[in-house]
Amino acid sequence: MSKIIEGLLYSDSHEWVKVDGDIAVIGVSDFAQEEMGDITYVDMPEVDDEVSKGDDFGALESVKASSELYSPVSGVVVEVNEALEDAPELVNEDAFGNWIIKVRMSDPSELDSLMDAAAYAEIAK
Amino acid sequence: MLDRIGVQSLDDLYSDVPAGFIYKGEYDLPDALSEQEVRDFFEALASRNAKLKVFAGAGAYDHYTPSVIPYIISRSEFLTAYTPYQCEISQGTLRYIFEYQSMICALTGMDVSNASMYDGPTAAAEAMRMAVASARKKNTVLLSRTLLPNVVKTVETYAKYYGTNIAFIEAEDGQTSLESLRKAMESGDVAGAIVPGVNRFGIVEDLTGFADVLHEGKAMLVEYCDPSALAVLRTPAEWGADVAVGDGQPLGIPLCFGGPYVGFMACTKDHMRKLPGRIVGETVDGQGRRAFVLTLQAREQHIRREKATSNICSNESLMALFVTVYLSLMGPEGMKEVNEKSYAGAHLLHDELLKTGKFEEVFDKPFLKEFVLKPLVDVKALQDKLYKGGFFGALETEEGYVSFCVTEKRTRAEIDALVALVKEA
Amino acid sequence: MKYYDRLIFELSKPGRRAYTLPASATSDASFSIPSGLLRAEAPALPEVSEVDVVRHYTNLSQMNFGVDTGFYPLGSCTMKYNPKINEEIAAMPAFQGIHPLQDESTVQGVLEVYYEMDRALAAITGMKHFTLNPCAGAHGELTGLMVMRSYHASRGDFARTKVIVPDSAHGTNPASAAVCGLSIVEVKSNAAGLVDVEDLKPLLGPDVAGIMMTNPNTLGLFEKDIREIATLVHEAGGLLYYDGANMNPLLGVVRPGDMGFDIMHLNLHKTFSTPHGGGGPGSGPVGVAERLAEFLPVPKVVKEDGRFRIVGDAPLSAGRVSAFMGNFGIILRAYAYILMLGKQHIAMAGKLATLGANYIKESLKDAYKLPIPTVCKHEFVFDGLIDDGSATGKPGATTLDVAKRLLDFGFHAPTIYFPLLFHQALMIEPTETESKETLDAFIEVMHVIAKEAAEDPDILHGAPHNAPISRPDETMAARRPVLKYQDEVS
Repeated sequence: MSKIIEGLLYSDSHEWVKVDGDIAVIGVSDFAQEEMGDITYVDMPEVDDEVSKGDDFGALESVKASSELYSPVSGVVVEVNEALEDAPELVNEDAFGNWIIKVRMSDPSELDSLMDAAAYAEIAK
Repeated sequence: MLDRIGVQSLDDLYSDVPAGFIYKGEYDLPDALSEQEVRDFFEALASRNAKLKVFAGAGAYDHYTPSVIPYIISRSEFLTAYTPYQCEISQGTLRYIFEYQSMICALTGMDVSNASMYDGPTAAAEAMRMAVASARKKNTVLLSRTLLPNVVKTVETYAKYYGTNIAFIEAEDGQTSLESLRKAMESGDVAGAIVPGVNRFGIVEDLTGFADVLHEGKAMLVEYCDPSALAVLRTPAEWGADVAVGDGQPLGIPLCFGGPYVGFMACTKDHMRKLPGRIVGETVDGQGRRAFVLTLQAREQHIRREKATSNICSNESLMALFVTVYLSLMGPEGMKEVNEKSYAGAHLLHDELLKTGKFEEVFDKPFLKEFVLKPLVDVKALQDKLYKGGFFGALETEEGYVSFCVTEKRTRAEIDALVALVKEA
Repeated sequence: MKYYDRLIFELSKPGRRAYTLPASATSDASFSIPSGLLRAEAPALPEVSEVDVVRHYTNLSQMNFGVDTGFYPLGSCTMKYNPKINEEIAAMPAFQGIHPLQDESTVQGVLEVYYEMDRALAAITGMKHFTLNPCAGAHGELTGLMVMRSYHASRGDFARTKVIVPDSAHGTNPASAAVCGLSIVEVKSNAAGLVDVEDLKPLLGPDVAGIMMTNPNTLGLFEKDIREIATLVHEAGGLLYYDGANMNPLLGVVRPGDMGFDIMHLNLHKTFSTPHGGGGPGSGPVGVAERLAEFLPVPKVVKEDGRFRIVGDAPLSAGRVSAFMGNFGIILRAYAYILMLGKQHIAMAGKLATLGANYIKESLKDAYKLPIPTVCKHEFVFDGLIDDGSATGKPGATTLDVAKRLLDFGFHAPTIYFPLLFHQALMIEPTETESKETLDAFIEVMHVIAKEAAEDPDILHGAPHNAPISRPDETMAARRPVLKYQDEVS
């Protein structure tokens, strides 16, 4: 049974969002990392790249698979988690403790369409 | 066997094929031949080719093939294996690919090489797609006017169907013009540029400033290189290139009417995840012993399917082995000598041809083994004269120049004989 | 096979040499390229003796398994025996020493091979003309799709941007379509493992450039609705592309052209017995129906007044797709193979391949799950073990475990985890060059492995036990890439 944290928002493509003012901190859920198995690479955008809700902004790679990451919000990337470049296994070790990108949201109302922990628990099983 | 399957005849195994699709006619093929007849047949066919002393290049170079190479690459364990999917019984293939990648990196100065491509022009075409994929929103790739025509045409074909715009960097005095590159960058749509290290006139290009101009516009520099010449020439890495591509044929691969050759493709670490094709990496097995595997596969077509930016699966593995054995035999010293001897022969021929009065100098630029001259005689008649004398040279360029190439294989006597024929032309 | 742990770089000793070049230079022209154009340091290539090189690569070869080593039932790869005469022919100096740009008057023998090979492949497949310029199967797919797009464009029909690909297709099909600027629409397979015609119908329309199919498909099943599919696709204005990866069972029996296909590629390294070379060089000729011939790539060979000529350009051609005219050395080998089969024996290759596949399938279905029990062609797919041993309380044996255990018994493994329709896919293709005794030995070993799995799946989990290496750490290889010798040293 994968871990789900209260207080975060979730997308149906298994990303989580922590809201910090107009910044959305984005990662993948524990369920997603479990499904992927050993993550070998996290493909991330560059700072200042624009992302749109629902579009892919990167990917998780394992030895035999590649899985797109979809942005739960629209905006501009303000930071990427550089620690993941050399240590993608951090996502396996703690998916909630290791965010992937931070986005300055252009339309915070997009958050309304995301799920809370209870709703996400229904699909992540 | 039929009993176990539960059918009466071989034809019953095709009972699921709708009648009418089974071909009832006689195949319009020759009668079956025995092995001896096949040999005789091909010997007769081969006799209808003229084996000439080659004084031409233009993308295919007549360097010497040491005897060790055909002996090694015809070993069944290499020749009759397939892509190393089962790494535990493919360590031979995986190790030589790793060595090949290492040697391509040593020649180009790049950080990462793939396990090979089909040939030079298709490798250049893959670099075109790689540039576009990396640049995301930009969609123009620049080609130098001094690239070989078959490279330009192949890249144009790939670009047309991929939906990429091709524009040109003009040549000035036989070299890719930096000024023209600057102008081309103004569109703001340039994802990358492909320029030759040694160009179609044989000139060794000075690429000073190219990487800066391209990088300033967030575009890639792709150098199309002759890997044999790279043993002495400034490397793509030293010019600041992001990607190095070319054909491995000059590394002793027989001319063989154009193939099989082997394309190579290498890049800097920054672009590693966008590099197409197979890549072999080192790891350890269950006992901690050094082992080699196909790696970074998440880039590849069988995983990415329609999201792929390349459809290449296999490559020219056996020819990668060819090149690896060649470079092992030659070593740094042998590669240097090959270049020096080619240089000496080419410069001799160049000077002697000018002395005949049948040609004029076109460019006063440094060249290695290939050069062009402006002919003052009829080119077709000259070529025929050479053919009849057992030589192949004086290849005509689109400008009406003629090109010659001399490798270390050509002797003084052959050069003198060629010059004597030219004098009569 | 024994483990050998050297890299050629590790044998290097400064000053050691393995080459000789003529001592005297042709001239005393001293090497005087401006220093700004020269590299700073010599490349880090090994310095070794000739015997070092020969022993090193001989040792490497002994860690490799090829068709000449043993049975290689790799599904969809058609690992048939490669006749040795073909190697000798390809090595003839009067072929090897020919420059690709020589005047056509000096290469009539070479051009005759191109011309006759085009005719022979056309006869075998029911197509009108072939280009031999593509260097591999995937290269052929791309070229064939370029022809498809050129055809539509020539009619001013630019709306056809989609290509339909079955869910069972080789992964290369969608990738080839994507790099040819086409988008992909997937058509589903039905319960019988065939393209679902009802699912196909609504996908067809004025935006469809064509459909890519392989027949028999990747499950080894003949797409018997092909006539209806061809009619539907043609009525919708699309073209049918035949992926020739699975042509072997139809060799000498069924011609793709007769099934309604408009464009196809062949893999000479599969169907026509040229050696796979550790993953190439191959050759992927593309054949087309008559109305598409003018869209084939250039250069191409024609015959006029008994002489062969090279046509370098053609107004409607898709363009140039490779350096010169493809892998001539491979084309030569395949032509020799065709001449030895001739009209008398061409029909036996495919039928015997099909016989072998069905024989293995029927002999092993008591131990391996057979999702589709109907007659197969050259290959078929099991979906893992019937008894994977999980009843023992240990983790069950997977398809990967079966594959690795096969290596211990001196067989290459089948293709695994493809097609994607089944989770434990094990795709077996024996080819016609294997004797009944070889097939029986394989069947026996597969039964032994199934029994081991049921009794103690750990035997399989730990396999291979006697290959040069045991299972490597692929995760580490991908996380911390070491991709060249210099990475290792630093």
